[in-house]
Amino acid sequence: MSSEFGLRDWLLSEEPSSRRQAALSSWYNGWLRFRSNTLAMVGLCVLILIIFAAIFAPVLATHDQFAQDLGQRLLRPGVDGHLFGTDGLGRDIYSRVLYGARISLYIVLLVAMVAPLLGLIVGTVAGYAGGWVDIILMRITDIFLAFPRLILALAFVAALGAGIENAVLAISLTAWPPYARIARAETLTIRNSDYIHAIRLQGAGPMRIVTRHIWPLCISSLVVRVTLDMAGIILTAAGLGFLGLGAQPPSPEWGAMISDGRAYILDSWWVATIPGLAIFSISLAFNLLGDGLRDVLDPKDNGS
Amino acid sequence: MTAISVQNMNVWFGTGALRADAVLDVSFDVNEGEIFGLVGESGSGKSTILRAMVGLVPTWSGTMQIAGETLGKKRSQAFFGNVQMVFQDPYASLHPRHTVDRVLSEVMRLHGIADVDERIVQLLDDVGLGAGFRFRYPHQLSGGQRQRVAIARALAPKPTILLLDEPTSALDVSVQAEILNLLADLQQSQGLTYIMVSHDLGVVGHLCKRIAVMKDGEFVEVLSVEAMRRLEASHAYTKHLLASSIQSVS
Repeated sequence: MSSEFGLRDWLLSEEPSSRRQAALSSWYNGWLRFRSNTLAMVGLCVLILIIFAAIFAPVLATHDQFAQDLGQRLLRPGVDGHLFGTDGLGRDIYSRVLYGARISLYIVLLVAMVAPLLGLIVGTVAGYAGGWVDIILMRITDIFLAFPRLILALAFVAALGAGIENAVLAISLTAWPPYARIARAETLTIRNSDYIHAIRLQGAGPMRIVTRHIWPLCISSLVVRVTLDMAGIILTAAGLGFLGLGAQPPSPEWGAMISDGRAYILDSWWVATIPGLAIFSISLAFNLLGDGLRDVLDPKDNGS
Repeated sequence: MTAISVQNMNVWFGTGALRADAVLDVSFDVNEGEIFGLVGESGSGKSTILRAMVGLVPTWSGTMQIAGETLGKKRSQAFFGNVQMVFQDPYASLHPRHTVDRVLSEVMRLHGIADVDERIVQLLDDVGLGAGFRFRYPHQLSGGQRQRVAIARALAPKPTILLLDEPTSALDVSVQAEILNLLADLQQSQGLTYIMVSHDLGVVGHLCKRIAVMKDGEFVEVLSVEAMRRLEASHAYTKHLLASSIQSVS
């Protein structure tokens, strides 16, 4: 017990004695703030649960996700060991939802890595450089923003061909403009502050200023925005799946599963509802997480 | 030896109909090891002079010679190693996500200074902060401590000239005195040249040998601090300034 208190004191020390301790201590303070937000913790728990389900899907699944059994089609939840029932081809929905979590998380992670990074680069460069660079980059951003997201993604997928990777690419290409706008707005407020002037007076070049001094301050608001957008990304992916342009059958992508269930929605509600609930819970979890992260990361509250 | 020579400096913002002249035909020389004060009300252009000298304001004309270097549009890395600036607001001049250690070590890396670790400890010592402050974030520091860090950052490349842009005006009175004493000590021990901007005659009188009074972008008078103490101002605006600062004391 005493060693645990020792660790806590070490982490909360006002006078850190090494770079590592200072960094860990600031993470720990953030974690303490995050932990005090109950709803955000609920979101985190749900998310961890879903990630666990995705990782251990082969262990947790009761049936083969692709095995069809037409004699067992459209069974109600709980009948014959099918926890969530079976779909129109007699496949176990529970197992398919578990494996579907892998696809959804894969899409979310890829989009979350590509789109904000692209937006961050475009936005900070435009904001810091100003002048013509700013005008050109921002007009391009406006063009992308002017299209409805799903329609643009549809156009990309139609041009590139259906499939998860192309869906990810299409979603990323349509998701970056809001991040660019946020990053630019943040950069404009930061670029004329004294600490940027101070590092300019030390002879730092624009590359170093943008990547080392401006990015760290933009990233927090982007991270929050990304977690809040995760729900939208999943829904767009599901929407593409629903329209048959995302994951292809028999892949158990949640949107595609809802699309399959559409035919039976009146008399076999569970076929569309169960993957729908899965989409709902992961979206809600990301939203709650984003809200909590905003409290932790918002630099405006961080001064005290 | 003249450390700083500024001749016929004009600084303006905007172009065409929107052009606003901030500094008009200002000339002055500062000797090595001298502390030169710039006094005037807000908006009189005193900070703008400093900003034009270090290159933060590109729209200026005239000739500037600082530390033997005639300045053009761009400043060399050697210039930044020689001339440093301390900003007015210590709450805005430190990066909120960088520890003191990171701030100082980055500066030294930019200037190619070796043995960073030793230098940081020594710098923190020089500005009256112990090594215990090394890994703190700005939000863990008070205003006076932040300003000491900002001074340490300015001293890190071992400059010969420090430009002080109202370094104490954002601090409360007791801390102001500490920072002024620190600046005076540093000037003595390292033989630095200062240009100090302030709207507070008391602050400037405490530190400077010669004072230029500014109004609406122009120098109205340059006088020695002794002359100022004897209230021997010749210009009406300086007299007014002196009278009002005496009133505020008595």
